[in-house]
Amino acid sequence: MSTDTSCAINYKKVDDIIASIGAKKQNLIAILQKVQEEFRFLPQEAIAYIGTKIDGLSPAEVYGVATFYAQFSLEPKGKYEIKCCDGTACHVRGSMPVYTYLTQRFNLEEGKFTSKDGLFSVETVSCLGACGLAPVVVINGKVYPQMTTDAIKIVIDTLVAKEQEG
Amino acid sequence: METEVKKLNIDINEEEKKARELINKQGLRVLVCNGTGCIANGSNEVIEKFKELGADVGILEENKKMVTVPTGCHGFCEQGVLVIIPDFDITYVKVKPDDVEEIINSHIKDGKPVERLLYTDPKTNLHVYKNEEINFYAKQSRTSLKNCGEINAECIDEAIAKGAYRALSKVLEQNNPEAVIEEIEKSGLRGRGGGGFPTGRKWRFTAANRGGKSYVVCNGDEGDPGAFMDRSVMEGDPHKLLEGMAIAGFAIGADEAYIYVRAEYPLAIKRLRIAIKQAEERGFLGKNIMGSGFNFEIHIKEGAGAFVCGEETALMASIEGERGMPRPKPPFPANCGLFGRPTLINNVETLANVPVIIDKGAQWFSSFGTEKSKGTKTFALTGEVNNTGLIEVPMGTTLREIIFDIGGGIRNGKKFKAVQIGGPSGGCLTEEHLDIPMDYDNLIKAGAMVGSGGLVVMNEDTCIVEVARFFMHFTQNESCGKCVPCREGTKNMLKILEKIVRGDGEMKDLDTLEELALAVKEGSLCGLGKTAPNPVLSTLKYFRDEYIAHIKDKKCPAGVCSALKTYKINEELCKGCTKCARNCPVGAIEGTVKNPHKIVQAKCIKCGACIASCPFKAISLV
Repeated sequence: MSTDTSCAINYKKVDDIIASIGAKKQNLIAILQKVQEEFRFLPQEAIAYIGTKIDGLSPAEVYGVATFYAQFSLEPKGKYEIKCCDGTACHVRGSMPVYTYLTQRFNLEEGKFTSKDGLFSVETVSCLGACGLAPVVVINGKVYPQMTTDAIKIVIDTLVAKEQEG
Repeated sequence: METEVKKLNIDINEEEKKARELINKQGLRVLVCNGTGCIANGSNEVIEKFKELGADVGILEENKKMVTVPTGCHGFCEQGVLVIIPDFDITYVKVKPDDVEEIINSHIKDGKPVERLLYTDPKTNLHVYKNEEINFYAKQSRTSLKNCGEINAECIDEAIAKGAYRALSKVLEQNNPEAVIEEIEKSGLRGRGGGGFPTGRKWRFTAANRGGKSYVVCNGDEGDPGAFMDRSVMEGDPHKLLEGMAIAGFAIGADEAYIYVRAEYPLAIKRLRIAIKQAEERGFLGKNIMGSGFNFEIHIKEGAGAFVCGEETALMASIEGERGMPRPKPPFPANCGLFGRPTLINNVETLANVPVIIDKGAQWFSSFGTEKSKGTKTFALTGEVNNTGLIEVPMGTTLREIIFDIGGGIRNGKKFKAVQIGGPSGGCLTEEHLDIPMDYDNLIKAGAMVGSGGLVVMNEDTCIVEVARFFMHFTQNESCGKCVPCREGTKNMLKILEKIVRGDGEMKDLDTLEELALAVKEGSLCGLGKTAPNPVLSTLKYFRDEYIAHIKDKKCPAGVCSALKTYKINEELCKGCTKCARNCPVGAIEGTVKNPHKIVQAKCIKCGACIASCPFKAISLV
């Protein structure tokens, strides 16, 4: 899987998304969320394109919004999106060893969050509101409670095995 | 203002009666907690199992049938999955799908409770049957969370049977917005989002601009790490929030509203959408509500992950589709808010308190709490306590009652060290504060704040300096960058804290830290910056010696800061099993099978994986 951020995108899909939500400036965040859901990140082409399609917006403004919010990614995310909660409760109950384990397992260099094979991306989030189960890790929306380095190893091993089986 | 009583086309008492009958007909109700926490623990599977096995349960004289009700969060997330059978007055904890059969066969069919699934009181070691006798619930008084965990949030009849929309019906019938505002003022309700501004006064300011278009905005951008009460209300009892918003809209003369929910709460968004649709279908929202002529439409806006959007002006910018950056006040939202129109912004919990105030009266509400802080407050109790979860207690309850009675004390018999209140805007309090009655004013005096109500308990193994660094890292990351004091100040404060935690700190750093903290507090544009230094200031005040230990002795008293410690293998205890070497993520452990191993300090990243993996306890921190 390529990690190139400039690729030919399907503009028809972007058009459909804009049409379904409404081409209004106040809908920009919702539109970007849908586009990200579709492409798993925000391709530069889509950002520029949305900027020309909505009255009162420019590509620069769309870029400004896309880079402001933590949810938006300008880089492709992995097939498995791992969110390591580092809220206060998770932090005091040991979320950092879990996070460190993940970055090392996938050889993620400083500033990179997706593994070279494009399968896994790892990021910290500030709080998922599941503090009673701290520390938690969320992988593609599924919450894994009370994680330790041993527990997360088993979770990842299982996912890797599943991928190898095809 | 002259007002005329209105005749409504929906009789809410009749609706409530009908809804109750519907529920009575259901038979034996088995409540299974289906909040985010319990779902992670497998509550969907438990529900499926109940459904699968429950169909042929021909039991009990009165209860011909059994029905599984997925409910909102019951608060006791630690003990999930929770299963409650109200007719039997029993609460089961940590229920797994495999336990369902036993509950049905033994308890529901034979009337014998399954003792091994009961909560065990850590102090007495006895089984607890009744919900209200579990130490976690005994001292609580649940108002805004009342129905969470008792009703199916996706079914409007369940909410109506519990009295939903009764308060809205009352205000629409009386048709006197001024009286509604007066009642809220009299109740003494203050903003539950952190600031504690009197809610009634805010309503009055906004209502003064009545006439043109105005908006109600509900702030559901619960960004404080360690707080999840708003999530629980939105997931567990969404109609209470919608009703509170409609009453607010009626009082200030608004016909349109937004709920801004953070994107990290997908379940809350889903349940709110369902609730809005059902309320519209039944005539409790939308056009001409209950035939009163009052229109009120609620939209949901999903956030996109920016903590600063919890600040009201930033939140409005975000709803308008822009970068969520705050702007100076005045003008206040009451005069010029969303899309330039007068806007009332209240937090989820604040609005969830409104229906009960209208329903039971201001006097009832103000009978809870302290002189200046009325009512109850929800707190998210987390960290190193035995019972973690969501609680609601009268204002003025002490920290000791919360941590040691409700929370059941510190885990694993460790010692209490500090409690962090109010998230990144709050402060750390110590043992000496355990007995102060918690309300808005007392906490400010002690150097913390109620904030959103996150309570993170720390034990002797928590490094306070590291916690201060953690919060500063958070606020620095979330600073929007608009104003210089916050953007540059938090960055430099973080640099100093990192330096101290690394063991490179100097004594003069503490003075710089304090100076910067005061500058950021004074000079920042919005609440984020104004409160960002609080964790540092409060820890410097109460735990200065711990900072000094890091700086002068190059020691971390709690043994947390990895730069200040080394891992060593005790050669006598090591059996050479190689387990540590295999678990070391960076290959820093050398040695051959059956011979003592050694850690190469230059490679060691001090992650602690080896300690956790050693079966012989041969590795320790020095």
